[in-house]
Amino acid sequence: MSRSRSEPTLSDPARPSDHFDQVEDGASPAGPSLGPLGWARWIWRQLTSMRTALVLLLLLALGAVPGSLFPQRSADPNGVVQYFRNRPDIAPVMDALQLFDVYSSVWFSAIYLLLFVSLIGCIIPRIRHHLKAMRTRPPRTPARLERLDHHLVEQFVVPADADRSEELSRIIGVAEQQLRGSLYRVQRYDGRGAWSVSAERGYLRETGNLVFHAALVGVLVSVLAASGFTYTGQRVVVEGTTFVNTLSDYSSFNPGRFVDTAALQPYSLTLDSFDVTYEMPGSPGAGQAGNFAAHVTIREPGQTTERSETVRVNGPVSFGGERIYLLGNGYAPTITVRDAEGAVVYQESQPFLPQDSMMTSLGIIKVPDGLPEQVGLVGFFYPTRGVLDTGASASVYPALVNPIVTFNVFAGSLGIDDGTPRSVYTLDTSGMTQLTGADTGVAGIELRPGESAELPNGWGTVTFEDISDNDAASEPVRRFASLQIQRDSGAPWVLLFAALATAGLITGLLVPRRRIWVKAIATDPYPGGLLARIEYAGLARGEDPQLASVVQRIRDDHLAALATELPNDAAKENTP
Amino acid sequence: MTDQLANYSLIAVYSAIAVYALAFILFTLDLSRRSVEATRAADRREQAAVAEASGGGTAVLVRPAEPEPRPAPRYLRVAIALTWLAWIIHLAAAIARGVAAGRVPWANMFEFSLSATAVIIGVFLLAQFWQDLRYLGAFITGLVTVWLGVGVVGFYVVVAPLQPALQSVWLVIHIIVAVLGTAFYALGAGLSVLQLLRTRRANGGLPRARFLDTIPGPGQLEDLAYRLIVVGFVFWTFTLIAGAIWANAAWGRYWGWDTKEVWTFVVWVLFAGYIHARATRGWRGTRSAWLAIIGFSAVLFNFTIVNVFFKGLHAYSGL
Repeated sequence: MSRSRSEPTLSDPARPSDHFDQVEDGASPAGPSLGPLGWARWIWRQLTSMRTALVLLLLLALGAVPGSLFPQRSADPNGVVQYFRNRPDIAPVMDALQLFDVYSSVWFSAIYLLLFVSLIGCIIPRIRHHLKAMRTRPPRTPARLERLDHHLVEQFVVPADADRSEELSRIIGVAEQQLRGSLYRVQRYDGRGAWSVSAERGYLRETGNLVFHAALVGVLVSVLAASGFTYTGQRVVVEGTTFVNTLSDYSSFNPGRFVDTAALQPYSLTLDSFDVTYEMPGSPGAGQAGNFAAHVTIREPGQTTERSETVRVNGPVSFGGERIYLLGNGYAPTITVRDAEGAVVYQESQPFLPQDSMMTSLGIIKVPDGLPEQVGLVGFFYPTRGVLDTGASASVYPALVNPIVTFNVFAGSLGIDDGTPRSVYTLDTSGMTQLTGADTGVAGIELRPGESAELPNGWGTVTFEDISDNDAASEPVRRFASLQIQRDSGAPWVLLFAALATAGLITGLLVPRRRIWVKAIATDPYPGGLLARIEYAGLARGEDPQLASVVQRIRDDHLAALATELPNDAAKENTP
Repeated sequence: MTDQLANYSLIAVYSAIAVYALAFILFTLDLSRRSVEATRAADRREQAAVAEASGGGTAVLVRPAEPEPRPAPRYLRVAIALTWLAWIIHLAAAIARGVAAGRVPWANMFEFSLSATAVIIGVFLLAQFWQDLRYLGAFITGLVTVWLGVGVVGFYVVVAPLQPALQSVWLVIHIIVAVLGTAFYALGAGLSVLQLLRTRRANGGLPRARFLDTIPGPGQLEDLAYRLIVVGFVFWTFTLIAGAIWANAAWGRYWGWDTKEVWTFVVWVLFAGYIHARATRGWRGTRSAWLAIIGFSAVLFNFTIVNVFFKGLHAYSGL
């Protein structure tokens, strides 16, 4: 690599002082004698130094790691709950250290904000300097080119009858033309017995470098700015039911700070049917889903036309700035509970949440009114029930081959009378007595589609409805789709800046920036004329592994051009 | 038909492993042979240095003597030939697997191991047309032999159709650029290891590792490593962006700090640090070489430990 530590014109004033290309000035201001302004300047210089940026980068990498070791509230909230349950002793300590919210933690934010301050502090002077550099001519040719690492010398004899200065000027003129033709920016510096051309190329390298860093700021700003206007909501929709896009209809909703949750886009969405195919039993990957498709109909108020869409995994549906994603699916068995007189006290297609890849599913039925006590049913649904080696039941295939639902009955208080919101997917049994299963001595309820069973104590019956009996459905059990609806207006900006960053990265790393000088000096008298020395020198600005061969090629091309243009005027002399 | 092709593919994988192992042995023998030859090479360099010094600053014709190209010894030539042979078998294995599955052969950890190692060897072999990096052969064939072996023994799964989440054109793009990035990082890390050894020997350590005198000096190794890693870094940036675009289509967000995303980000930042280290006074050389090695270790960690033991959305090992 060609580096010169002593030529003051060669270093780049806009770069941090500890950049490899910079000259060590040795006069870094430090010490207790500084005033407040001096200290501020000293701190700023430290912050924008290469070393600080590097340490902050490594800290950023290190700081990101705990987020993969500890469950994160943003990505895996259940994992956090589980961690608290398993390690109640240390979980609060970890929580205090924000290890469950690493990426929004004070310390992680501090690292990346400092990094970006350092980055901005570094690139602003460089942008200013680069804009100036692009308007200025290439710098004066150094007096002693031989101090550069890439330096070649050729000797010529200028005949005695030729005008020395015209001849040498012409020789440099040829080099100037060639360099300009190779897209160098050129400037002639003639005088004081030396004729030279100073050339520079690869301004795009610094441009790319600056675009890359500025685009990273753009990515960060887009992410932070858009987070206030982004919202994500989840909703489980059972086949045949309709979801209305209002806050109350979501099962969970995460709005950004500035989202007006009362003014969500008005539309309704009906899940007409949910299709899924599974690999056949006995084939490799048996039971693995081949495809999911949620067929939905979207209606807008005041419009007569409906839109039929299919939401797929990897294939969200866009609707007026919102995107609808298919995140999951499962079964929603239709359960009817009747009291002792046969009056219906409960009838729902209740989504049962899948617990494994074969769709063994867990669901809760809550009957608050109509029976002598409040009743909760904890149910398992097996689309194809089999018995494991341990004797436990489990689904062995995810499609409806041998569907069975089992219930254990709890009676007492559901804990909802005081208005406490309770999840429809969990049952708090602390205020309840178990009436079937486990140690009660009463067998649990087990139903196939269309079957009914008595509730304990003669309170009534529970029925697993076979919906293919009485409506057009082809299957005995309804399915549900778990949809995510979200708006992220920042995403296109993030993508734009990411693309800019990549383009900047490629040019910033791969375009070589270099300075080339070709200089002619008349030296000693020589038999038949005057000996002239032609020097070729190159200086890399940043990584430039090709520089040595480039200087050689420029020399060769120049000599070849001279040989055709000046066959007689100046004879090349190889032996001094 | 599918089963038969998949079986042929597996046989080809085992054959490729065997041939790679053989090539590894020969590459290692070559390194030990170099130690014997090192003394002679040192003499040659001394002479060249003398010639250069006497050239002075003005003479035109006296140019530094070109280092005499060492005729490739038999071990090295055979090792390279074996690597080519193994690579062809290896490619056949990957293609057969892809045809058997009716899709790209990188949808689970076994297939990823198969394809990623094929690309690493491919980049290594094709790089020879650019620079003589044959002294990296032992590192690369060793790495690939172990990786393929672990892939077959630890990660093998039968051919199964793609799960819906993977049915996307981004499976092709995202993984290809990730694998290419991995391959360039692997070569760069190998060069950085040699650079560290070379520096250590230059400082008087490793008295018996004379083969180090036959490979380029630490500065040149560092330059080569840097040039390879820079290309790897561009691919890795594409990997991140392609992954984010895919995540936005599949999971409803472009970035969610999933464990795999975290580690891909960590690798990106580490190599960004490497590139900065090279431009920072006091960090060039040994320190930046360590960063390259740590970065590539993070790539391997991301593929093995994170895939198998960490909980996350990128759960496609098929195990």
